Amino acid sequence: MLRARSLRVCYGRVPAVHDVSLSVDAGQIVAVVGANGAGKSTVLRALAGLNRLDAGAIELDGRRVDGLRADQRVPLGISLVPEGRHLFPRLSVQRNLELGAFTRHDRAEVAASLERVVEIFPFLKDRRQQAAGTLSGGEQQMVAIARGLMSRPRLLLLDEPSWGIAPMLVARIFETIAAINRSGVAILLVEQNVKRALSVAHRATVIQTGRVVAEGAAGELLRSDLVRQAYLGL
Amino acid sequence: MTQILLQTVLSGVLIGLVYALVAVGLTLIFGVMDIVNFAHGEFLMLGMYASFWGWALWKLDPLFTLPFTALGLFAVGALLYRLVIRRIIDAPMLSQVFTTFGLMILFRGLAQYLWSPDFRSVEHTVVDGKVAFGGLSFGLPQVTAAAGAVVTTGAVWWFLRFTRLGAALEATAADREAAALMGIDGQKMFALAWGIGAACAGVAGALLSSTYPIFPDVGASFILVAFVLVALGGFGSVTGAFWAGILVGVVEVVGGFLWDPAYKMVLVLSLYLLVVWLRPQGLLGKA
Ligand SMILES: Nc1ncnc2c1ncn2[C@@H]1O[C@H](COP(=O)(O)OP(=O)(O)O)[C@@H](O)[C@H]1O
Ligand SMILES: [Mg+2]
Repeated sequence: MLRARSLRVCYGRVPAVHDVSLSVDAGQIVAVVGANGAGKSTVLRALAGLNRLDAGAIELDGRRVDGLRADQRVPLGISLVPEGRHLFPRLSVQRNLELGAFTRHDRAEVAASLERVVEIFPFLKDRRQQAAGTLSGGEQQMVAIARGLMSRPRLLLLDEPSWGIAPMLVARIFETIAAINRSGVAILLVEQNVKRALSVAHRATVIQTGRVVAEGAAGELLRSDLVRQAYLGL
Repeated sequence: MTQILLQTVLSGVLIGLVYALVAVGLTLIFGVMDIVNFAHGEFLMLGMYASFWGWALWKLDPLFTLPFTALGLFAVGALLYRLVIRRIIDAPMLSQVFTTFGLMILFRGLAQYLWSPDFRSVEHTVVDGKVAFGGLSFGLPQVTAAAGAVVTTGAVWWFLRFTRLGAALEATAADREAAALMGIDGQKMFALAWGIGAACAGVAGALLSSTYPIFPDVGASFILVAFVLVALGGFGSVTGAFWAGILVGVVEVVGGFLWDPAYKMVLVLSLYLLVVWLRPQGLLGKA
């Protein structure tokens, strides 16, 4: 479904991503793991259209999308839940979710999507009128994921969904990610929590200072020496 | 005495509501893209001239041409964004200041060149005369202008609060990248903000055109007050600008009455300094 070939992304003239290729097939969860500053967020931002490519290509279902702006990629089925959540803090939860469906025009279907995300995150039911900025970190993360689902993406890009979340909630976030995937949404998951990410993912890509250093089935990577030593400290 | 004071306070409210409308456009543009539009008073000037020419050439009342003035100024604002402002969104603040300041001078110069520096006025308008009640008496044109300003400000508030596009504008103001991730085209939103902002000032100009002299530099008398309102109300806050408008209108007129009209700006600016000193985020602004 998604193929990214030899991505190169710079901030100013400094490359943050030198050469990263990865692909996500329909129905898969692919994890991207690597140390802090490796370029994971930059890859996701480039896929979503927030960062321009300096080289490389991004294809969605065989169609080049790297020339499109971020807002133009949303209706094609790409949705990024960014690092740090980036909710609209002064707007209500309901408004945030509605904005997630900005590109959709069928009201009945949007209402159905709203019901579906409330099913996935039941706490949303009595928080809809609350300003998003007043929620706890974990709740905000869930609203951010719910908002990301409101565009009805085929590919959901998640940047560190477990970051800054109470440990007891982390397991739930990962369960939810698996559930969303089972409902037919392909997921590209960036995580520092390597063990959990590799447990939930089908395949994984390990990147180091902007380059891919390992790639393969998530289970195998979890057992590989590279990952065990560098990221799991085993 | 209370009669006179009441009369003065209400006169202040009337003009304050029009000030508010000018400031609403300015604060909207600032709130959405953090650019201070020094040429905002010139949108008002264009609104006045549109009303004047409609009246002078075709005998059309400013109130009748008002919807067209609004649409025309919307187009001017959106076009100005597309042609000029778009290029300086990410430029240093000083470049932005010089750009909108330059536009201000350009618009004034063009108006002077095309329409001469003469003072013009619109006469024999549909609304004329006075309304009197309980011993108070107000000019009907002033009351109409205030009512028109309230309706327009209310419409903008409603748009931002209750429509899909309004929410998209708020979202862009709050977080440009996050808005893009929702599928919102930031360029369209910026053009929309400029369009609405210019239309608000244009409507204010149309509403004032039957009571104020019309001349190329007329925007200068309003832009300073508008800046004060934007800061008082909290940068980017439409409701804040509205209440600040009423407050400043009252302070200006009551102060001018009790003291000397020549010093009314001193009072307004003192009020501004006081609020900025005690509450830097403005009356309704969030810290
Ligand atoms: N906005 C930015 N401006 C300049 N450099 C940046 C910016 N964002 C990230 N970087 C740099 O790019 C590199 C990759 O960052 P990032 O993609 O955020 O890594 P990760 O998500 O893997 O922690 C880092 O060296 C970081 O300092
Ligand atoms: Mg990151």
